[in-house]
Amino acid sequence: MSGTVIVGASLAGLRTAEALRKNGYEERVTLLGMEDHLPYDRPPLSKGILTGTVSESDTFFRTADHFTELGVEVKTGVRATALDTTDRAIHTSDGTLQYDNVVIATGAAARTLPGTDSLSGVHVIRTLEDATAIRSDLSNRPRVVVIGAGFIGAEVASSAREMDLDVTIVEALPNPLARAVGTEVGRLCADLHAEGGTTLLCGNGVAEVTGNSTVEGVTLTNGVTIPADVVIVGIGVTVNTGWLEDSGLDISNGVVCDEYMSAGPTGVFAVGDVAAWHNPLFGVTMRVEHWTNAVEQALIVAYNITNPTEQRPYAGIPYFWSDQYGRRIQFLGRSDADEVVIVDRTRESRKPVALYRKDDALGGALAIDDPMTLMPLRAHIMKEGGWEAALAAVQPDS
Amino acid sequence: MRIVIDWDRCIGAGMCVGIAPHLFQLDEKGKLNVLIEEPGEDQRATVEAAEACCPVEAISISNG
Repeated sequence: MSGTVIVGASLAGLRTAEALRKNGYEERVTLLGMEDHLPYDRPPLSKGILTGTVSESDTFFRTADHFTELGVEVKTGVRATALDTTDRAIHTSDGTLQYDNVVIATGAAARTLPGTDSLSGVHVIRTLEDATAIRSDLSNRPRVVVIGAGFIGAEVASSAREMDLDVTIVEALPNPLARAVGTEVGRLCADLHAEGGTTLLCGNGVAEVTGNSTVEGVTLTNGVTIPADVVIVGIGVTVNTGWLEDSGLDISNGVVCDEYMSAGPTGVFAVGDVAAWHNPLFGVTMRVEHWTNAVEQALIVAYNITNPTEQRPYAGIPYFWSDQYGRRIQFLGRSDADEVVIVDRTRESRKPVALYRKDDALGGALAIDDPMTLMPLRAHIMKEGGWEAALAAVQPDS
Repeated sequence: MRIVIDWDRCIGAGMCVGIAPHLFQLDEKGKLNVLIEEPGEDQRATVEAAEACCPVEAISISNG
C-alpha cells in the first residue's frame, strides 16, 4: 500500500493528515510542502507579525515531534511537478511518489503587479517570508501605500496605522469589497479606514509603480502620484494548479470536485483554497479561500478516505473574519443576494448586522463586533423560514 | 467526553456558538459560556466540528 499523499502543507493539508490518523487510518501518510517550513497559520501574517505582537515561532501549528508521534512524514521544500492518475504517481522536485489516495491542497499564490519585480519595497503578503520582509521595511517608518482594498489590504493598512504610519489604500473599483459583501456593506467596512486614519482612494486603477531600484510612488490612472516608501499589493490570488496541467483533471476554477470533494479519478481529492466543489446546501459550485473552509473540507476528505463505502458530502456554510482597527468583521454564508438589510442592532453601539436574502432564504449574514448576534444566525442559513426568523432575531432591542 | 476551553487562547470568535448553539453561548460582553460541559456521546461529531473550526484552537475534548 502506498497510502495517502497530501500535496500542500498548510492548514488544509495539516488538518487532513491529523484527521486521517484520528479516524484510525493506518496506511502511510505523507505531507508534501513546497515552503521550507512546517505548517503555519497565515491569518497573523497581516496583523500580529507585522506589528510585532506575534512572533514567527507563534505561527507554527505543530512541532516536528508531533508529526513523528502521529506517524506522518512531512517533506518540506518539495514541489509537486505533475500528477499521473493512471499510474497513481506524483512527480516532485524530489522524485516520484506512488499513492492510493492523493489530496490536493496546494492552495493559492498572491497575485503580483506586473513590472514591479525589480523594485525593492514592493511586497505581496502570503508567506511568512513576505510578512517578515514587510515588518522589516515598516520598522523604517515608511510612507505606506496598499494596492487593493480587500480584507488582506485592509488588515495590512490597519496594522501599519497601529504603528502610527502614514497609510493610503488605492482601489480600482468605485466601492471597496463590493464583490465580497455588496456595495452598501462594503461602504460600511470602508468607514473603518476613515476612523482608523487611513486614506482610502477608490475608482482609479494603478497606472505605474514608480522608482528606479527602490519604490518611490504609485501613479493612478487619473495621473495622481502618491509618494510611497513601501507598497503592499493585495489584489487577490491565483490557484496553484500549474502542476496539474497535464493531469486530465478539470482545473477551470481551481480543482473542480463533486460534493464529496472528489476530483474525479479514483482516490483523487482536493481541499482548501485550491478546491472548487459542488455545495449541495447552496446548489452551486463554489471555491472558497477561507480558513474555516479548509478545516471543514479536511475533515470531510479524511472521512471519505477512511470510509470508502460511505461518502459524506460537504454542505459547508462559508465563514470568514477580518480584524481591523480593533474591530472584528465576521461573515457567514454567501453575499450573492436579492436583497441586503442592514440593522444596527444596538443602535448607539456601532455594531451593525447585515442580512443577505436569497429568494425566501437567508443566504448570508455579516456583523461588526457582534458575534453574539451573528453566530446563532448560522442555523437559519438556507433553511426553510430562515429569512423571517433571521429578521426577527436581529431586530433592535427596544 | 468533556469540553475543555483554553481560556488564554479564546478570543470569543463564536464559531463554536454557530456550530453548536445548544452547547456554547456568548454573553453580552462577548465572553464564551459552555452550557453543557459534559455532553453525551451522540454530540461527539458536533463537538469535534466546533473543536476543528475554532480559529485559535482553544477547544479540546477530554475523554478522561
